[in-house]
Order: sequence, then C-alpha cells, then structure tokens
Amino acid sequence: MLYRTAGQFKTSYKADQALFPVRQDAFLLAVILAFAWVIFPLMASEFAFQTLLIPILIYALAALGLNILTGYAGQLSLGTAAFMGVGAYACYKMVTLMPWLNPVVAILFSGVFSAGVGVAFGIPSLRIKGFYLAIATLAAQFFLVWLFEKWGWLYNYNASGAIQVPNLEMFGVYVAGPQASSTVQYYVVLVIVTLLTLLCINLTRGNLGRTWKATRDMDIAAELIGINLMRSKLTAFAVSSYVVGVAGALFVFMWRGAAEPNLFDIPLSFRILFIAIIGGLGSILGNYLGAILIVGLPVVLNTLPEALGIPISSATVEHLNIMIVGSLIIFFLIIEPHGLARLWALIREKLIIWPFPH
Amino acid sequence: MLNDIFIKPFVDMFSAPDFLLQVLWEGLVSGILYALIALGFVLIFRSSRIFNFAQGIMVVFAALTLVGLHAMGVPAWICVLLTLAVMFGLAVTIERVVLRPLVGQPDIILFMATIGITLFLIGLGEIIFGGENKVMITEELGIPTDSVVFEPWGGLLILEQKDITAVVVAALLVVALLAFLNKTRMGRAIRALGDDHQAALSVGISLQQIWVLVWFIAGIIALVTGIAWGARAGVSFALEVIAYKALPVLMLGGLESITGAIVGGLMIGMLEKLFEIYWGQPLLGGNTETWFAFVLALIVLLFRPQGLFGERIIERV
Repeated sequence: MLYRTAGQFKTSYKADQALFPVRQDAFLLAVILAFAWVIFPLMASEFAFQTLLIPILIYALAALGLNILTGYAGQLSLGTAAFMGVGAYACYKMVTLMPWLNPVVAILFSGVFSAGVGVAFGIPSLRIKGFYLAIATLAAQFFLVWLFEKWGWLYNYNASGAIQVPNLEMFGVYVAGPQASSTVQYYVVLVIVTLLTLLCINLTRGNLGRTWKATRDMDIAAELIGINLMRSKLTAFAVSSYVVGVAGALFVFMWRGAAEPNLFDIPLSFRILFIAIIGGLGSILGNYLGAILIVGLPVVLNTLPEALGIPISSATVEHLNIMIVGSLIIFFLIIEPHGLARLWALIREKLIIWPFPH
Repeated sequence: MLNDIFIKPFVDMFSAPDFLLQVLWEGLVSGILYALIALGFVLIFRSSRIFNFAQGIMVVFAALTLVGLHAMGVPAWICVLLTLAVMFGLAVTIERVVLRPLVGQPDIILFMATIGITLFLIGLGEIIFGGENKVMITEELGIPTDSVVFEPWGGLLILEQKDITAVVVAALLVVALLAFLNKTRMGRAIRALGDDHQAALSVGISLQQIWVLVWFIAGIIALVTGIAWGARAGVSFALEVIAYKALPVLMLGGLESITGAIVGGLMIGMLEKLFEIYWGQPLLGGNTETWFAFVLALIVLLFRPQGLFGERIIERV
C-alpha cells in the first residue's frame, strides 16, 4: 500500500534516468541517512561504534571496490586485502613523512597509490581470464604481503614490524590515533564512504559503467562493438583499487589503530569477497547488506550464548562461529545466488503489486 | 649486484653439487605433494567445472580423522578404512546438501560455496579434534622412518625413507588414477561429464553419482596427501595453507590437465626451493616461497593463457 509507484509519471528521459525515479526509494534512503548521520551517533555506545558501525561502513566500502571489479567489470579478484594494505601503508608513509598533511586528504590520496599497483597487477587480465585471473590476483596478494613484511622503509624500520597510527589532528580535533574519539572517527568514515558511494553509483550508471558491464557480459562482443577492452579493464582495476585502497587506509587509521602485514592476508580478502557475493554482485546496495550480515553476525553469535545463559568456552564459541558463518554462506548462496540485493528487489516488486499476486 | 644475481648462484651450485641435489630432492618431495593436491582440484574441475577450494581443508580433515581415531585406540589399518568411510560420507553430504541445489549456477557461486565448506570444516575440525599440532602415526602405518645416505662426489646426500615412500605412493596413485580415468566405464563417464553435462545426462550418466564418486576420489587423494605431509611436518590446520600452493601449480599446468598438475607440481616444488636457497635468502631476505610460485605461474600465463597443458581456449561470439 505504501510502496506504490502508480501516479509517478515521468515526462522526460532525464526524469526517467534520475538517481531515484521512485519517490519512496528517495524517502527510504533519507530515513536511512538520517539514522546514519544523526540517530546512531547520538545513541550508539563505544562498543557499538567499534564493533558494528565503523567496521560495517569500512567493510562495505572495501566490498564496493571489489564489486566494481568483479560485479561490474567481471574480473574475479582474490587480492583485495593486499590492495587495502597498499592504501594503509601509503597513508602511513604520507602522514609520517608529511605530518602537516590533512589526514582526510592523506586517506583520500592513499587510494591513488593502490590504484597504481592495481593497474600494474591488472595488466595480466588483458590476456588471462576467469579462474586463471583469480589465481593471478593471488600473486598480488602473496607478493604484496611479503613486501609489507620485508621492506623496512614502509614501516619506518620500527622493531615490531607493524605500523602504529600516530595522533592526527584536523581543525583542532583528533581524528586518528589513540586519542581520537569514536564519534569523530565515525563521522570521518561516514563522510568518505558516502562520497565514494555516490561517486561509484554515478560511475556505474554512466558511460564507463556501461563499458564495464559490456566487458563483463561478453568481452569479445564488447570489443566488436568498439569498446576498448584494455581501457575498460584497466579503468575497472584502477577505480576498484582506488576505492579498496581508501577502505584500507580507513581500516587501519579509523578503526584498527595499528596493523601488521599479516592483517592483510588472504582471510581478509575472502571476507570481503563474501560480503560482495552475499550482498550481490553488480549491486551497490548489496555491499551494505552483506557487510551488515558478515560483520554483525559474529557479534550477535558471540553475545548470544551469554545472553541465553549457556556455558560454553569462548574458544568453542569462536569455532562454532566459523562453522555457522560457513554454513550461512552456503545457505544464502542456495536460497538466492544473486545475493541479498536481489532479495530486496524481489520484495520491492511484491510490495508494488501488493495485495495482488500478479 | 649483477654478479650476485647471474653468476654467484651458479658458481655455488656447481661448487657444491651434493647440496644442489639435496635442495632438488627436497623440492621434488614438496612438489609431489603440491601435485597431489592439484590432482584433487583437477579431478573435480574436470567433471563439474567446480573450482574446489576445499581440497586443502579436506587434506587436514582426513589426516586429523586418521590421527584422532588412532588416539581412541583403533588399530592403524582400521583407522585408514574408517577415515575412507568418513571421506565417503563427506562426499555424499557435500553433493546432497551443497552441490545439488547449486547445479547450473555460475562458476563463482560454486567456488564461494566451496569456501563455505572450507570454513565449516575448519570450525568442525577445531571443535572435534582441537587446534594443537599432532604427530602423524607414521610407524603404525608401516612407513619406514630411517634415512638413506649417499655420498656423491665426496659430498653428502640424505634421503628420508618416508619421503621416498611418499614419492613412490604418489606415483602409483597417479598411474592408478590415469588407468581408472582412461580404461574403465566410470572413468569414461567422468570425462564425458566434464566435456558436456547435458550430453552426458542424455546418454544416461548420473550427475549425482559421478559427483559423489569424484569427491570421494578427491577425498582419497586428500588422505594420501595428509599422511605424506603429516609425516614430514605434523598434522595441524597450518597444513591448510599448502592448498594455496596448489593454485599456481594449476595455473602453470592448466586447470583440466592431470599431466599438467604433476609436471607443474614438480616444477614449482623444485624451482621455488632453488630460488629460495640461491637467490631469495642471500638477496631478498628469504621467505620468498610464499609468492615465487604465483609470480612464476603468472609469467608463464602471459605467454600461454591456458597454462602449459590446459585445453586451448577457443572463443566465439
């Protein structure tokens, strides 16, 4: 009843191609944004910021970056975590070499480095396809993590081999490091994630996004109708790695506070791939739904036995967690292989014609 | 610098040929194990186009079940039989619960499902067997543990008998597998299914039965790999990382080729050891084994996108 598109006439192509052709969608988004910008920060506890709000946004951004490459341009990548690492280390080097630099500028600029590395490792995609390419991106994954460990210059030769986020100020407020408050960090993350999401929505709707989709659906056919495959694939690698790199810088600077090389190891890559696939490949909304599920689920599962008063050791809970996450991945793949975003699309269709079945 | 890269390693090799042989032997043994894991991948990929990421954890799971059963006081050979039964049960369960509902989905979905299986088995294995490192029941299985010493050119070359056993068993397994695939009805059915699902179904080959069979064979291979690797390094979840080593082997050899898996495995095993000893440790600070195989495979793929022995990719619009 509430979700009716009847009567919302579009009289021009421009109106039809608008970001929100349906009024209810815009309204829904406004409600969600109001929650994200005003209500959550007012109500959330320190625990909620650190275990849910900030990580969900960062993971969603990383998955968004991967989704551009895998979901829109069709190039399967298993090296996401390494590109996040490039962003994080680039950001660390910038703020330690140039302490006067605005931290947000540093974070946004660190993506440029990971974009460069991403393009370099994307070059094989011009010749290699499918699973062969997926394994080729693992070369980036293992090589870069090894490099983070062995190249002392990257972590300023400190004894622990890890990077520690220093206290960073912006307009007199600490935004990163041990002294920064969670609320401030949340807002920084939220601003960057909102901006990049808007950018990605428009990129995927535009000319570039269409060449990506054509490349994904059938690359030879795309080439025949005059799409430059090299440009299409390499821009996908560049944009994707940029977003992933920024997510990596946020991951360390706004959330973890410190990072050692093996943080960017392959489990993180898979985690982000899960988010992208369970959320839905080729969808922007899906990344957020997937991140809520994958980040939120362990938190719920960890607190559940205590709340129900079941005595299990924390190690067992952790192993049960892994099992449950594994089975849920299979479960969601079976009920909806196109992801949660597709589930939402189906619900939306049902809502539009409700209460009639057809 | 150029001297360190191009001349010194070769001088080192020829001045101590016994050490070179030792390095090559170590590489060969780990190469055999990579090849075995890759073989499990290839079998499943050929018959179902599923990129089975769970092969590594199946190795760990088989080895853990074997050791765990023996710890409960079951005689060693019965343990092997029981473990095979467990692997068969696993194959049936995976086919029934995971694969059957996902028939016909895109490759990446099935790939993700096998990662789901991996996570599930990691959790299950940790709960049942615990995470600590265990000793493989090498002697109980009748595997000799002495070593053979040669003295070529007045040097010293030590071959452990359990490694020799592993190499021999792996070779026998490969021969048996090739005979099975090429000479038996079942083997032909597996290959037919790999070529074209629908055509195979229409001549009466059961997709479900073949998938169970293939996953069971992959389980047997996993058990053999688990015993061989466990005898060298103990049984723990760290073993799972060797699954990653099988991936460049697959790239190098080609995803469909059994020969490719074996040749690729041996090549990568030996070359990565050589690179690590003669170039990696002196020049790059060591531990290059984590990425060398991938970079090597990547370079080969740039020239042959289907791998050394893979099926030629023919593209039509």
